[in-house]
Amino acid sequence: MSAPAPSMYDAAATAVAERLGLAKGKANLEVFAATLEELARENPDIVAVTSDSRGSGKLAPYGIALPGQIVEVGIAEQNLVGITAGLAACGKKSFGVSPSCFLTARSLEQIKNDVCYSDVPAVLVGISAGVSYGALGSTHHSVHDFAVLRAINNLIVVAPADNFEAREAVRAAAASDTPVFLRFGKAALYDLGDAPFALGKARVLREGDDLAFIATGETVVHCLLAAGHLAETTGRQCRVISMPTVKPLDTEAVLAAAAECGAIVTAEEHMVHGGLGEAVAGVVAQSDFHPAMRIMGIPDEYTVTGSQADIFRHYGLTMSGLAEAAGPLLEKRRPAPTPA
Amino acid sequence: MTTTSSDLSDQQLAAKAVALRREMLQLIFRAGAGHTGGGMSCMDILNALYNRVLRVSPETFGDPGRDRYVQSKGHCVEALYTVLADRGFFPKSDLETVCHYQSHYVGHPTRHIAGVEMNTGALGHGLPICLGMALAAKMDRKPYRVFTLLGDGELAEGSNWEAALGAAHYQLDNLIAILDHNSLQITGYTRDVMNSEPLDEKWQSFGWNVRSVDGHDYAELGKALSDPPEPGKPTFIIANTIKGKGVSFMENNAKWHHRVPTEEELEQALAELDEAEARLKEVTR
Repeated sequence: MSAPAPSMYDAAATAVAERLGLAKGKANLEVFAATLEELARENPDIVAVTSDSRGSGKLAPYGIALPGQIVEVGIAEQNLVGITAGLAACGKKSFGVSPSCFLTARSLEQIKNDVCYSDVPAVLVGISAGVSYGALGSTHHSVHDFAVLRAINNLIVVAPADNFEAREAVRAAAASDTPVFLRFGKAALYDLGDAPFALGKARVLREGDDLAFIATGETVVHCLLAAGHLAETTGRQCRVISMPTVKPLDTEAVLAAAAECGAIVTAEEHMVHGGLGEAVAGVVAQSDFHPAMRIMGIPDEYTVTGSQADIFRHYGLTMSGLAEAAGPLLEKRRPAPTPA
Repeated sequence: MTTTSSDLSDQQLAAKAVALRREMLQLIFRAGAGHTGGGMSCMDILNALYNRVLRVSPETFGDPGRDRYVQSKGHCVEALYTVLADRGFFPKSDLETVCHYQSHYVGHPTRHIAGVEMNTGALGHGLPICLGMALAAKMDRKPYRVFTLLGDGELAEGSNWEAALGAAHYQLDNLIAILDHNSLQITGYTRDVMNSEPLDEKWQSFGWNVRSVDGHDYAELGKALSDPPEPGKPTFIIANTIKGKGVSFMENNAKWHHRVPTEEELEQALAELDEAEARLKEVTR
């Protein structure tokens, strides 16, 4: 008999969320599916391509409502991406939808050549991404996808943090003339406010100059909670930046954080190698600013067994873990000198 | 409506093929790189496609209703460049720059080049892409056809078989896959490297209509490429070819997979092609 899975929000985090006035929304996957269906009803050229994944992609209602706008390819991810590219090359707005672990590993060459190098306006949707599949283990985790996709030219890589970002990202991807990768998880998420969304742009969710949390996807909320917790317990004001677009990175927001805050904690549901953290580090290392910095993510190992919440807690991707990581950096901050 | 530009006879196509082979060998010599053997083996297929079968022209390349051709065996790009230039997609003088520093003419097809539909070169990609294109045509109820050219060695790539299943499942009778069946790949005979025979039975069992032809015979090629499909079935054409076709010392020799001729070898090859041209003129006189 299995124990009930602990939430990734402990009592203290839930209390902070309440004090911040955050309301719980849906899983981003559900928002993706609903938004795609809404768009597809208006645009008959939108086609979803699935690899026995319409259930996991929450696209079963879409398939019933729009049977002529969904293509099932069976469990064949290479074929999925090739077909998605071929459809896009012939005027369709195709969304290739498959678990991110398979989509971005097995069919990486198709993503590179058929979609990005050929420059067709296809959208690739990595579902149940990161460690969403939890205890199913590392075969089903995609903690490599930012790293491999960042190394491919001509691909916009997006990991929405809440339902608003998810909805806007799907709409932006549908309107994009160039390839887009969208990454969605299965957990219900808090809504994080209405700062405007645009591809390639950061969203500042909370102002502050003592430290900047820069995060993407489902870790953003935990940074916001950590900032709330630090403000309540220490009076320090941390900036929280949601970075839905991992590539191209909003370097302006990163440099402003480096200069003004002098300390950066990045967080991502991804291995610490090759993801958002190293992208941010790459920007600041080549700048005139030298903030204290910590990259939070999955270390270079196959993860501990557990639910997504277990894994987040194990690697410190929760309110308490992130606040703890920020602590020493608050004492070592190196903001840019104020001009005389 | 897009149309083919020429109504060349089989003999005229054969004569053109000699000229195309000559130009391709010169191109490879100048470029200092190229897939000589495979280019020679698939030249008649490309010649038949672009000068008889495909409803596409330089003027109509942007037409959404054009036939699509995706060269899955992208490494034989020199044959494709030669045929596209001859067909007027771009000036023949462009071919002076193939593989040269900063040239758009890379050693594999890219959409930077007029007439090229998709960037290929990694094997096993063309058929899945074409499946998507053929599906798009069906969804839009457009009559265009989608063609791809595969190599023997390429068939070991599993993605082809994913697409073989998918194309039959979706009854894509507007999809035509052509195999440049020269039986050789870089290491040697395909039957020794990774045997893919019996190809006809395999593709039939996957639900395809299979046509086997002499890949250097324009009457047979033209018919196989143009005959209506079996309703509800994609078409697989096994074009039996000779690697290095047209030059005695290149024929059936895996060493010529991507060997570039020396100046002396080029002269000898061109002389053989001149003789072939003279013989053709003799026949048609």
